[in-house]
Amino acid sequence: MDPRTFEMEDADVAWCPGCGNYFIIGAVKAALLELEIDPKDLVMVSGIGQAGKLPHYLKANVFNGLHGRSLSPATGIKVANPQLTVIDVSGDGCMYGEGGNHFMHTIRRNPDITNLVHNNMVYALTKGQASPTSPKNFNTPLQVEGVFLEPFNPLAVAIALDASFVARVYCGHISQTMDIIKEAIKHKGYALVDIFQPCVTFNKVNTFQWFEEHTYYLEDTHDSMDRNIAFQRATETGKYPLGIFYRNPHKKTFEENQSTYKDKMIPLYKREIEIEKLKDLIEKTR
Amino acid sequence: MFNKISGGNGNITSFLGDDDVSLVLCGEAGQGIQTVESILVQVIKKGGYHLFSTKEYMSRVRGGQNSTQIRVSSSRARAFLNRIDLLLALSNGAVEHLQKRITSHTLIMGDEKHLISLSSDQYNLIEVPLLEEAQKLGGPIYSNVIAAGLLSCLLNISINLFNQRIRDMFARKGTEILENDLKAGKAGYKIGKNLVQTGKVKLNIQNSPEVKKELLLNGTDVVGWGCLAGGCNFMSSYPMTPSTPLQVFMASNANEFNLIFEQAEDEIAAINMALGASYAGAHSMVATSGSGFALMEEAVGLAGMIETPVVIYIGQRPGPAVGLPTRTSQEDLNLALYSGPGEFPRIIFAPGKMEDAFVMSQLAFNLADKYQIPVFILSDQYFADIYYNVPSIPIEDVENNKYIIKTNADYKRHLLTPDGISPRGIPGYGEGVVVVDSDEHDEDGHLTEDLDLRRRMVDKRLKKLEEIQKEVISPELVGGEDYQFLILGWGSTYWAIHEAMDNMKDNRFSFLHFKQVYPLHSSTKEYLAEAEKTLIFENNANGQFGNLIKLETGHEIHRMVLKYNGMPFSVEEVVKNLKNVRGG
Repeated sequence: MDPRTFEMEDADVAWCPGCGNYFIIGAVKAALLELEIDPKDLVMVSGIGQAGKLPHYLKANVFNGLHGRSLSPATGIKVANPQLTVIDVSGDGCMYGEGGNHFMHTIRRNPDITNLVHNNMVYALTKGQASPTSPKNFNTPLQVEGVFLEPFNPLAVAIALDASFVARVYCGHISQTMDIIKEAIKHKGYALVDIFQPCVTFNKVNTFQWFEEHTYYLEDTHDSMDRNIAFQRATETGKYPLGIFYRNPHKKTFEENQSTYKDKMIPLYKREIEIEKLKDLIEKTR
Repeated sequence: MFNKISGGNGNITSFLGDDDVSLVLCGEAGQGIQTVESILVQVIKKGGYHLFSTKEYMSRVRGGQNSTQIRVSSSRARAFLNRIDLLLALSNGAVEHLQKRITSHTLIMGDEKHLISLSSDQYNLIEVPLLEEAQKLGGPIYSNVIAAGLLSCLLNISINLFNQRIRDMFARKGTEILENDLKAGKAGYKIGKNLVQTGKVKLNIQNSPEVKKELLLNGTDVVGWGCLAGGCNFMSSYPMTPSTPLQVFMASNANEFNLIFEQAEDEIAAINMALGASYAGAHSMVATSGSGFALMEEAVGLAGMIETPVVIYIGQRPGPAVGLPTRTSQEDLNLALYSGPGEFPRIIFAPGKMEDAFVMSQLAFNLADKYQIPVFILSDQYFADIYYNVPSIPIEDVENNKYIIKTNADYKRHLLTPDGISPRGIPGYGEGVVVVDSDEHDEDGHLTEDLDLRRRMVDKRLKKLEEIQKEVISPELVGGEDYQFLILGWGSTYWAIHEAMDNMKDNRFSFLHFKQVYPLHSSTKEYLAEAEKTLIFENNANGQFGNLIKLETGHEIHRMVLKYNGMPFSVEEVVKNLKNVRGG
């Protein structure tokens, strides 16, 4: 595949210099290239925030919808046309705050989509307020006494809901990030990749250095099929494990559960209206 | 109707039915009134009688007082009547519940224990041993089928027809239950025969063989059929009365019609999912009601911005907030009309007849696709729950157009065109990529803050309204063109006003019914100008449609008749108001 397949030369990128997003988009493009996914069969879905702009900076079909809601259109797109590769990308505020309800229920629904969450523990686009994953005592213009809410733990929540693929990466480690995103895309079913990422402008606590010092990789012996152990590892604090925490390859996807796809995965746009059947249905009321 | 010949102690009361009888069944939730209705509407229609049914019920699973009106008629009956000729009281509170509608002509039938507190000086009472007979069969649960048998017998419907209906309904419940229900029906017929033979009740409604072959339609199913005819293959929704029956319709037909129904976690997810599906080429819709739709509003703006079709069915009920969950209203016109931030075109339909509900639901999908906009179907609890018979619906006239194109490599989703309509591609079909964004965007779909381009994009989206305007459905004029008084109405009030006009037989009145309430048809102004006086009937407190007419045409409606207690207009109520207008 042409290495420039996903490049958008004339994109006017709105990210700050040094932003972790540059690492992430690099890893995403590399993963897509290795998997040889055709841009015209790829849909990037996002919400609002700095992460939500990512789809505009690579060549693909794009549904950049509303704040917090990206998983809903992503589900709708995938189920309307299961032949598409659907990647949902948004930030911690969008996914875990505004979209928390959809996060939970999309996991339950298990569409075959990849959910990348840029987790920089701060609201960047709105200039520095706390996010659901901000650490305690984090000071912001709105949390003037420091954050006192318990940080949201997306991995533990996802594993509790038996999400079919749960991973965490740190964007500073590009090749590991790329590998895990690749695994997530290949995985059949809903795949969560929580991406640790510094915000160079609004988060002076969780910096590149902080992530280097506060993360480590799950051991090779970690059994990602063991849900209880995965849950336990997801609740570790102080130093945060990276890697694939959990997989459940035995779950049917949302698409596979649709009676309309029981025989063939023909996208809805190729279906014809069954007018004769409708006439029969109506005639029954005579 | 029943004409009282003589009254008093119940033994010497006799009734004659001529061309139209209003039966009302009233009891507590959970007593099975719906079962009686469901049995009767089928057998009445198959017995060759015209029929209409409507129900009013409380938002509870057990207890309270619910009632169903069934009109049995020798000519077409399609609207709610205030009048009750025969009340079947299945509970102690039934008579009190319907007090205002009971007159000296009303015959009240029921078990002794439900009538015992009522004075036979004041009411025409007939005791019938429903519970006693039910007990013989194993319990009070059978009393509703006994009641159905009784009424079916009074209507002179053959027991074979009745038994066939019982078999259709209860065979799946097992032999024992079916046998008992058949016995219950027989017991009901026996009570009925006794009443007829002793001359206590006499009905003589003319039936017509051609009615037997007609369609028995319900205001929800007919919308569902229209949606299927329009190609609907995706619905995501969250249950909310009175839109839930349409969701049930879609879910129960999903397998047969290869469509997808998904119960979303909330209305926000529902409409966003529908928009995702539509973006990928599905014909998608959502069904909801007032508060649920309020949650969808943000995404209505998204549909407008990303120019992605979606059909939105709103079953209206009284608000604000939870309001009266199981009652009817026309209060959400403004909500639909002004929903979503920013400015973009939309279409709002409000059918009032079964045939129109079918046609417009089918059309909704085509127009949503053609103009890439949200299209609304406004219904309400009254319309969603009624049944009546019609000869046919125009399914042979159904035409669907395909608006999706195969993209080229340089495809631009929001290409600026003279009519504002950009050819619509979908991902995975063609060589291009399809980019949509809730931000203001360029022709490619990528976000922009170019303020000049912003202005052109707003103009482009609004330009579509000019095209939409060219195919607005004209209002329907009932009555002559040479009128003095012009009655206005929209949506479900159609037949109540129509029947009132028929009863009045006064050619000074004509009735202009709007099945499309936005945009308004260009002829509206001319119709209004011809009238000496205009009046409008609406089920809301502000006259929302009347105000819209004023806004759009400058015409101030002379008189607004507004009803917002949660009940539909009755024919009598319309007649009374029309008489007031003409001065008696």
